[in-house]
Amino acid sequence: MTTFTTWDIVRNLLLATQWTILLSLVAFVGGGVAALLALLARTSQNRAARRLAVFYIELFQGTPLLMQLFLFFFGLSLVGVNVPPWLAAALALILWTGAFLAEIWRGCVEAIPRGQWEASSSLAMSYFEQMRHVVLPQALRIAVPPTVGFSVQVVKATALTSIIGFVELSKASTMITNATFQPFVVYGFAALIYFALCWPLSKSSQLLERKLNVAHRNH
Amino acid sequence: MAVGLDFGALADYVPVFVKGVGVTVELTVVGGTLGISLGVTCAWVKTQGPKLLRPVVSLYVELIRNTPFLIQLFFIFFGLPSIGVSMGEMEAAILAMVINLGAYACEIIRAGIEATPRGQFEAGASLAMSRFQTFRHVVLRPALQRIWPALTSQLVIVMFGSAVCSQIAVEDITFAANFIQSRNFRAFEAYIVATLLYLALAILLRQGMRLLGTALFPRRRAAR
Repeated sequence: MTTFTTWDIVRNLLLATQWTILLSLVAFVGGGVAALLALLARTSQNRAARRLAVFYIELFQGTPLLMQLFLFFFGLSLVGVNVPPWLAAALALILWTGAFLAEIWRGCVEAIPRGQWEASSSLAMSYFEQMRHVVLPQALRIAVPPTVGFSVQVVKATALTSIIGFVELSKASTMITNATFQPFVVYGFAALIYFALCWPLSKSSQLLERKLNVAHRNH
Repeated sequence: MAVGLDFGALADYVPVFVKGVGVTVELTVVGGTLGISLGVTCAWVKTQGPKLLRPVVSLYVELIRNTPFLIQLFFIFFGLPSIGVSMGEMEAAILAMVINLGAYACEIIRAGIEATPRGQFEAGASLAMSRFQTFRHVVLRPALQRIWPALTSQLVIVMFGSAVCSQIAVEDITFAANFIQSRNFRAFEAYIVATLLYLALAILLRQGMRLLGTALFPRRRAAR
């Protein structure tokens, strides 16, 4: 019988961590793009676009992520597309992240005083010009801390993709447990690795918030 | 391949879903009640309690808030038995939910306590109340009222998170959907129904918390 040293366990967990990080990045960047589109629709003059954005946001915020993963995984196969777990995982996580970031960013856009919109429209700027040159640069500043904070949720959410069979840190933990029969050690290390990924993000979000608040007070 | 939805195929499995809803409600109600109690206790320690305990609570909160619920659940259900602490899947699921919610609720409730005006503490002290009495009778209720919406949202998040408990064979809504799709291969239909059930439960939970809020905090306080 093969014996496994603790180093074997940690090494293999770290190998799988790459996939957790990659999936988090894909979900965060893709979710950012989705959120930007949803944000533009949500704050636009067009009523249908606004409704559609609200529906998208409510749908993905109002149902469990695990259900969304299952629906993507099995739903796309139903229409005859064979979906590998990584694709279903990436798609579901991107849309889930987008729905949350869109609401976070909407709060930031709405925190910009009305006068800024009025001033820029008095300069004959179109909606997109107003967004691009006046509102977004200011909103971006207040958006940084909550966005970094939400990235922690994204990293943790990737753990759920193990359930539809995507091999990342959580799935690897289960597989290694099945081989080594040391669940305490394996899940303990997995938790520590997640902590090492998430804690710096949480902390920097807190620090950024404090820093930007100080700047705000001095202005 | 014929493509089509057939919700009729689920008709035989209604009792499975009913049981699933019952288990999810049980997890949410028991886990929610105990979790919020734990959160109140931890918030008390962090703001008023013994200074020695504060780093312990901080460590607990940071550890839980920065690791996925799935790993916490697996650690409790699969990991703890190897050091001699074993429990059934339902107990493990509820324990994981309590520990998870406790950490988030602690931070939320702490924010509510810290927003209490100094005068409230001073008024309590001037009535010869002990620090604990002041906390219990003066500070806690308005603090909870302040953060009630945030606590409600967190409870909904925890209910959605409970879907993961199906992975340790807790027979909740997700487990029901998994079971049904393994029998009749109608995966998409089963998960759509499960998703709608979660959606309905979330709406009910929000309404329930609103009612509980009006019962707990009868006086409408004027905005300060």
